[in-house]
Amino acid sequence: MSGFNKVVNDYNAALAGLDNNMTLMVGGFGLCGIPEGLIQRVHDMGVTGLTCISNNAGVDGFGLGILLEKRQISTMIASYVGENALFEELSISGEMDVILTPQGSLAEKIRAGGAGIPAFYTATGYGTPVGDDKEVREFDGRPYIMETALTADFALVKAWKADTMGNLIYRKTTQNFNPMMATAGKITVAEVEEIVEAGELDPDHIHTPGIYVQRVIQGNFEKRIERRTVRS
Amino acid sequence: MALTREQIAQRIAQELQDGYYVNLGIGIPTLVANYIPTGVNVMLQSENGLLGMGPYPTEDAVDPDLINAGKETVTTATGAAFFSSAESFAMIRGGHVDLTVLGAFEVDVNGDIASYMIPGKLVKGMGGAMDLVAGARNIVVAMAHANKQGESKLLDKCTLPLTGVNCINKVVTDLAVLEIYDGAFHLRERAPGVEIETIQSLTSGKLVIDGEVREMVL
Repeated sequence: MSGFNKVVNDYNAALAGLDNNMTLMVGGFGLCGIPEGLIQRVHDMGVTGLTCISNNAGVDGFGLGILLEKRQISTMIASYVGENALFEELSISGEMDVILTPQGSLAEKIRAGGAGIPAFYTATGYGTPVGDDKEVREFDGRPYIMETALTADFALVKAWKADTMGNLIYRKTTQNFNPMMATAGKITVAEVEEIVEAGELDPDHIHTPGIYVQRVIQGNFEKRIERRTVRS
Repeated sequence: MALTREQIAQRIAQELQDGYYVNLGIGIPTLVANYIPTGVNVMLQSENGLLGMGPYPTEDAVDPDLINAGKETVTTATGAAFFSSAESFAMIRGGHVDLTVLGAFEVDVNGDIASYMIPGKLVKGMGGAMDLVAGARNIVVAMAHANKQGESKLLDKCTLPLTGVNCINKVVTDLAVLEIYDGAFHLRERAPGVEIETIQSLTSGKLVIDGEVREMVL
């Protein structure tokens, strides 16, 4: 089984090969389901010029926000970035390029990337600034724009459980972008809450099959809550 | 009297039908969940990957792994399901969601909507709004009829960058319920005590009044 053992024991090994100017996918929706320890390690490594693909850009001081603080991201591809004051400053000053992408198109671009599909047509964004300069084609009388696939040098994902072979299970709404990103990284690193022996996960319950995952690391998660709302 | 935000939500809730799958946007649309009519069961879709969103949790049930698209902690309703963002937008783009309610800065007589970006101000992003307006079969827009300066937000042509084109067919404002087709707003209902003339004067886009305009029942 050794050839299939994906478990690495430290963050050094988890991100070995990550370098300046690479493209990085980072899973999560807001702060929910983000690979906290891997992001911290990218921060500590100090790599720069990153193209970062993630639905959001974290908040000031947490999540991808810490990479913004060190000016490590040169291009950000995201659907919504409203939670981050520093983000505003960097995008207005031109220190960082921002490619705003509709959330569903972002998910599908990543899914397509992982599935070997170079592009697809969608009605989303037709007639809007998102559709500017994109190929338009009509199907059954409705116009669609062509969106191209996304892949990455590294995909950093967060899962609830992994087995040693890299099979992953997500919990509740932490799934979000993680399963697609896991398929779209040349090297996919999964940071998880628990690693079990191969065979312990029910094959019926696996969300991401291990073929997509190159490295698995046990993490510790703060799981910061962005908007704590309770019943009155 | 112009409707309050809560009353707009209350009127929109009358559009809900038993067995509907519904996506509610942020702001007034979120309030619609508070006015679901008795005997009507709906499943709320949250585009971050939850079908069957329940109310906010009690203090001891807060789970950081369970949030809605507004990043608020929530619970699940009976029969809920979790899934990926790709799956979530397959539901939306594929036209499987029965009703979508969202806010807007402007709508126009062609059913175009501008809701995500004001030039010169911070661009926060469209999130899932462009996918929702492109994919939903049935969209209700919740918005104020005019801005604070008294300028109409119901136009012949949107002036702000668009979220989608030719996709909106119903608008509920603080003054009226309007349908959009044949290149015009069609006035269907007026808020209690609001004169048709008031609505006319605050609707910049072509407005058609055909037949009786009933007063909203809340």
